[in-house]
Amino acid sequence: MAEINRKELKSAAETRKLVESSLRSRYARERRFQAYGIAAVVASVAFVGFFFITIIAQGHTAFFQTYVKLDIDFDPVVIDPEGGREPQALSSANYQKLVKTSLEKLFPDVSGRSDKRTLNSMVSTGAIYELRDLVLADASLIGKTRSLWFPADDELDMYFKGRVDVDVDETSRRFNDKQVLWAESLREQGRIEKRFNTIFFTSGDSRDPELSGIWAAAKGSFFMLLVTIVIAFPMGVAAAIYLEEFAPKNRWVDLIEVNINNLAAVPSIIFGLLGLAVFINFFSLPRSAPLVGGLVLALMTMPTVIIASRSAIKAVPPSIREAALGLGASQVQTVTHHVLPLALPGMLTGAILGLARALGETAPLLMIGMVAFIVDIPQTPLDPSSALPVQIYLWADSPERAFVERTSAAIIVLLAFLLLMNAAAVWLRSRFERRW
Amino acid sequence: MSADGSELGELRRTVGQPTVADPIFTVRDCNVHYGDTHAIKDVSLDIGRGEVISLIGPSGCGKSTFLRCLNRMNDTIDIARVTGDIRLDGEDIYARKVDPVLLRARVGMVFQKPNPFPKSIYENVAYGPRIHGLARSRAELDDIVYSSLDRAGLYGEVKDRMEEPGTALSGGQQQRLCIARTISVNPEVILMDEPCSALDPIATAKIEDLMEELRENFSIAIVTHSMQQAARVSQRTAYFHLGYLVEVGETNKVFTKPLHRLTEDYVTGRIG
Repeated sequence: MAEINRKELKSAAETRKLVESSLRSRYARERRFQAYGIAAVVASVAFVGFFFITIIAQGHTAFFQTYVKLDIDFDPVVIDPEGGREPQALSSANYQKLVKTSLEKLFPDVSGRSDKRTLNSMVSTGAIYELRDLVLADASLIGKTRSLWFPADDELDMYFKGRVDVDVDETSRRFNDKQVLWAESLREQGRIEKRFNTIFFTSGDSRDPELSGIWAAAKGSFFMLLVTIVIAFPMGVAAAIYLEEFAPKNRWVDLIEVNINNLAAVPSIIFGLLGLAVFINFFSLPRSAPLVGGLVLALMTMPTVIIASRSAIKAVPPSIREAALGLGASQVQTVTHHVLPLALPGMLTGAILGLARALGETAPLLMIGMVAFIVDIPQTPLDPSSALPVQIYLWADSPERAFVERTSAAIIVLLAFLLLMNAAAVWLRSRFERRW
Repeated sequence: MSADGSELGELRRTVGQPTVADPIFTVRDCNVHYGDTHAIKDVSLDIGRGEVISLIGPSGCGKSTFLRCLNRMNDTIDIARVTGDIRLDGEDIYARKVDPVLLRARVGMVFQKPNPFPKSIYENVAYGPRIHGLARSRAELDDIVYSSLDRAGLYGEVKDRMEEPGTALSGGQQQRLCIARTISVNPEVILMDEPCSALDPIATAKIEDLMEELRENFSIAIVTHSMQQAARVSQRTAYFHLGYLVEVGETNKVFTKPLHRLTEDYVTGRIG
């Protein structure tokens, strides 16, 4: 045992001096500590800001689309040479020719096959289908001339969005000098207009950037999340309630707990493999279907829901439980009448955050075939579909210039959904939070 | 001051009068273990019909644990093990066929910290009768709620704010709300675990007055740290020490002429 030296007590003045001199270094340490914190916050805000600015700068133009006005002569000789007005004949007519004729009228001095083809390519191929639909809907159009607006081809669109650098040597551009002249001439004639890009929000994927949209992917994501929430939330909450309130405390339950925590950390692509093996190969569910994607994401989200729900249940004060039990409520009544309502906001918050993560998940979907070129809008969770993050991944891989802005625009849409879901989580928490 | 070997020997035998002529609760050789901890040791004690009995003793002496044996609240603690013979009206409450839910309807409990449900005042009191199906109509339920609040001395203060949350009341009001909630299911015994330890003296006085009135209809066992409170409210007092029931007897005797030296040390303020 150490020898204790009882020293004389220091005088009050001396003590005060010592404390004062230590104060200076203590305050310095506090300021330093705060500075580290502020630096960390500034750095993360700067990164987030930089990220948002880049994405929005890249993507905002995709919300508008250049349209070209053409005077289309619905020439009966081209559309329906036989004059029978048979739907079969009308739908297989050469509408391309109508567009060509109209463009040639605007630029009569263009000659040569190659130049003509370049000129024709200034208007989206979607124009052909639009014309066909118009004629099929109203055959009386045949023989008349109409001024119609068509989506511009992606290269022309890019030119008007200022994404074509005309100072670059012509040979290394996809938009040559002649096209620039034609584009300017169209603009002078008032035949160019920028409109809100409804195509982007209403159609599925396409090889032509100007005809591609996110609706198919968004709907796929929606179906998937629907399946995920319907499965993961009730099952996760039920598991959490059982583990927290009813399960005996023994080694098996501890083992289950550890495994749930481990499961939350398993890489998502593994869940994709599991889904492939179980749902597609064993249960023979359709490939590329949001149902399977939802099931896989539900498996992936469930540990998060369980963990969040358990901590929400743990946060309910034991005094409330005792009050109910002491009054003669059964254990199930105690849980359903008192614990669950109090824990629900926390559970919902956890579930929504888990869903937000599921919404942004790509890797497991690659394994179950949701990385597909989907043109048709899925109508049920069993139709082939892709998902928003997968669509982003696919577009990011495409060479066309116009897909760059669409990639960013899709990211903006995805982020908007994520922000919306997080806001919902915050709102739920503040709305249902109770104090006791 | 701690108990030496010879005192431990003395502790094993309870001095005083553990039995009464007309008991509602009879406890014989009750032992409680929390895992490896032996919390209650061979306690035998009767609780008389219509009496208020105080359980006193230093912190950790097992008085709350003993109280929680009487309505099987210890069941909710996984590691707790209760042995011995505990009878309510002659019926073994730890028998296999006894439903703890029914038992807790017959033996109400008021806790140390007021713990109203985060619901309206009305719902707080209506909850018990509702789950036990005590009221056949809304009017009957209203009657139970209002009369319970009235008997808990709270009705006048809350009659215009039935829909306000119970948690918005003051501490003393909350505790009386908890008492109203307990008596709303018409129990035979009320267990109170330091009901006034979180309250100011005025709120405490109100609850003590209330206990005097409640004694007409209910038997009450109260754990308290305040010897003055024990002296004021109870007819009998039991002194616990290190898990043993050291002495039990009429309150005025325990406080004025304690038989056991440990009791004397405690009531005179030398330990505890």
